[in-house]
Formats: sequence, structure tokens, C-alpha cells
Amino acid sequence: MTPMVKAEGVHKRFGRLEVLKGISLEVQPGQVMCILGPSGSGKTTFIRCINHLEQINAGRLWVDGELVGYRQVGDTLHELPDRAVAQQRTQIGMVFQRFNLFGHMTALENVVEAPLRVKRTRKDLAVGSARELLRRVGLEEKCDSYPYQLSGGQQQRVAIARALAMNPKLMLFDEPTSALDPELVGEVLEVMRGLAEIGMTMVVVTHEIGFAREVGDVAVFMDDGVVVESGDPQQVLVDPREARTKEFLSKVL
Amino acid sequence: MAGAVIAFLVYALAVSMATNANFGWGTVRQYMTDPSILRGLQLTLELTAAAMVIGVALGVLLAVMRLSPNPLVAGSAWVYIWFFRGTPVLVQILFWNYIGALYPHISIGIPLGPQFTQVNVQALITPFIAGTLALGLNEGAYMAEIVRAGILSVDEGQTEAAQALGMRRLLTMRRIVLPQAMRVIIPPTGNETISMLKTSSLVAFIALGDLLYSAQVIYARTYQTIQLLIVASLWYLICTTVLSIGQYFIERHYARGTRGRQKAMQDFWLNMTDLKPFAGFRR
Repeated sequence: MTPMVKAEGVHKRFGRLEVLKGISLEVQPGQVMCILGPSGSGKTTFIRCINHLEQINAGRLWVDGELVGYRQVGDTLHELPDRAVAQQRTQIGMVFQRFNLFGHMTALENVVEAPLRVKRTRKDLAVGSARELLRRVGLEEKCDSYPYQLSGGQQQRVAIARALAMNPKLMLFDEPTSALDPELVGEVLEVMRGLAEIGMTMVVVTHEIGFAREVGDVAVFMDDGVVVESGDPQQVLVDPREARTKEFLSKVL
Repeated sequence: MAGAVIAFLVYALAVSMATNANFGWGTVRQYMTDPSILRGLQLTLELTAAAMVIGVALGVLLAVMRLSPNPLVAGSAWVYIWFFRGTPVLVQILFWNYIGALYPHISIGIPLGPQFTQVNVQALITPFIAGTLALGLNEGAYMAEIVRAGILSVDEGQTEAAQALGMRRLLTMRRIVLPQAMRVIIPPTGNETISMLKTSSLVAFIALGDLLYSAQVIYARTYQTIQLLIVASLWYLICTTVLSIGQYFIERHYARGTRGRQKAMQDFWLNMTDLKPFAGFRR
């Protein structure tokens, strides 16, 4: 079976700072991978490479068997034009730490925007499925609210619905609950748990150890631009082998 | 104390304006609706509108070009802005007026190759076209910087979210970034329009019959210089006031989706008076 995400020796530098020092991992279809690690470990940079929001300096990254952001000619990679990268991104949903809802649009407008303008879905169909998505994240009565009228948790649930509206085969979550007040974290995790249950392939950068343990199929611990340890969350997050993982867990738990 | 001083000065000014016969208010009233003044006013408004349409369209284009990842595209926008901001607009007006001396004919075709059609520039570039082009092309350089500031004011996360949904660069710009940049772009654009209304009077130099030139033509004949300058000033004031009110409603429209509606109301009064130090007076 083709892995949904396959990374092979992914390197990323910002100027002279090497942020990713050769990341290799695989996510199988239907799996939920949780990436944990201290801040500055490169986990956010890595997840942003998966939909080519960041260029990579070395290595290869495939989503569903297709190189992301590049085409290979011989041994060298050539960056794909805007059009081709955009096309690839339609299949990869992303949820951001700071929600990034379009501020001048209502919740419903946020969700229908990409289906209407990118996929050119008929308006009545796009609106119908957007309402259905907003109902699924528990916000059907907030369709006409602007982002500033919503709580952080509600905004993040709209953002999830917006990503799902493109019908992606992979969902990326970049610290989706880190900007939320503690009492609002649960409602977002609940929506994510529901997604995992219906078999969505997910890569989640998170600090929520409990979520990683209960919902994750694979846990990855990153530090200083490398994967320190990965495997069954029950093992990695309960009885880690590596000293660095142990140290991290003792600080956050 | 300061209030008393100001009240006294206003009173003194009002008495002076009412009693000094040199103001000639009767003549002013008579010429306010003079047909040639009204024709001049119409031309001023047309010129301002046309120049601003060119300026805004060009400004958006140049701003997007300056932010392009392609260095050639970004660089040519920079050169344009450098040139048109770096030379006086009056010189540009004169230059466009005399462009026919530089290029008597324009041929459409391939340089040094076959020509498809030829245009007589002297006939094409009337003073109105010269004035519109000069003011519009000059305005484009200023609008580019205003639009660019607006684009940069929109959070990077908005662009990333749009890209992550598969939206392409120009679609993202048009649907996501520019509408949100409008809140920052509109107030200075309103000021630019008001400024353009007044700057357009420079076309009097190329004998284009705008509001000021029409007033000049009359006082050259009647020697009622002060009265006709007052007539022109009053019309300019009326137009700028109407523009300020229009700006308020446009700003309110683009404040959609923000808590800033009350802020737009405050800005309106600041712009109306255009005298920020006096803002405290209203409380």
C-alpha cells in the first residue's frame, strides 16, 4: 500500500540555521500520527513542508505517492509552478495554530470559498455541504457569524470545517489547540477525535499528550531537527526508550 | 482661555469678511452658478475621477508587481515608482502636453519591422488626455505605495490559509488579501482623491478649462480677481466636503468583520476637520 505521507531525509535550513536535519517517516492511510517535542524542535516546520508552505533543501517528500512541490528530473528536484503546487494542496487540508479564518467573511463564506473558487463547485451544492460540515463541528447556528464574533474554539472548528470542505485525503494540524483557553481545548479535540474515528489520515503537531495517547496510532518525538523516537504512543509516551523523550515528558506531565 | 482667544479671532474675522467691501460677496454669489464656472467644475470633476481611476488601477497593479517573487517584475515596478514620484507633477503635465513634439506619430507594429497602423499623436493627445494621463500616471506611483502598505498590513496567516486550500497567488490576492487591505487603503485613498481634486488645478498651465482656469479667464476680463478666486475656492471646498462624507460610508462598508466600526466614525470626524490637534474639541 502506498503510504499517505513518506519523508526521506528531509532537510530544511533558514539561512544558516538548520531546522530539519534529515527527517524520515511514513504515515499509512487512515493513521493518526502525533508529533511531539519541545519548541524549536522543527515539528511545525516539518508539517509545513508536507504541503509545501516551506521549501525543502534536501531529501524527498511524497503525499500519496506524489512528490510534493517538486518534480524530479534525473537526480535533481525542480520546484513546481504555483498552479501545480496549488493543485496538490487541494488534496491536503491544513489547520493552523492561530486559526487564520478569513476575517472579512462569515463562517459559511469561509467554508465555501475554496470549493467555489478553486474546485468551481456549483454554489447550491457548496453551500449545502458547507452547512452540513458546520453542523458536524457543532456550529450550524453560527453560519452567519464573523470570526471576531466567535470564541477561539469555535473559530478553530470553523477552520477544520473549511479544510474538510475541499474533501482532502490528508489533514495536517499545526498545534491546533495551543492558542486556545484551556476550557476550549476539549471541543476542538472532540472534533478531531471524530475525524480520526471515520478514518481520516491525520498528522498532528500537538502538546496534548492525552490526545496523542488515546487517538494517535503513531507518536513521534522530535528534538533539535531529528526524530528521536517513534512508535506506538502507549510505548513512546508512557515508557520511552530515549533519555531526551523521558526528560521532555517529565516536564510536560 | 484658549477658547476665548479663538472665539474672539473668529468673531473678528467674521466681522471683517462681512464689512470689507473688497470681498464683493454679491459678485461671488453671481459667479457661483455662472455657466462657464460650472463647465469648469464639471471638467475638474471628470479629470479627478479619470485620474483616480487610472491611479488606483495602476497602483494595485504596481503594488502586486512589487511584491512579486520575480525580481524583473518587482524591479520594473520599483523603477516606475522611482521615476513618477521623483519628478514634479507639473513637469509631467507639461511633458504629456508636448509629447507630440517628441513622438509626432505612434506606429503599432514591430520595431524596425512591419507596421500595422499609425496614430497621429498631436491629434490624439488633447490637453484633456494629457492632463488625465499625467495626473493618473503620477497618482499610480503614490497609490502603489498605499496599496502595498495595505497588503503588508494583512496577516501572513491569511495568505497561508488560502494557499493551503489550493488557492493560487492572484486569486488569494483578489479574494483574501485585497478586501482586507481595503480598510488600510481607503482612508489614504480618500485623502489622495481630495488632494487630486486640488492638484488637478495645475492643468490651468496647459490652458485646460478646469474650475481654476475658468475663473482665471473671467477675472482676466473683469479684473474681479479676488471674487473669482473665492468662487473657485468655495467650489473646491464643497467638493472636498462631499468626498469626505462619501469616504465615511465606504470605510464603514469595509469595516465589515471587525470591531472597528466605531473607529471608522472617529476617523471620519478627524478627516472631516483634517485638524488632528483639534480633535479634543469634540469632547
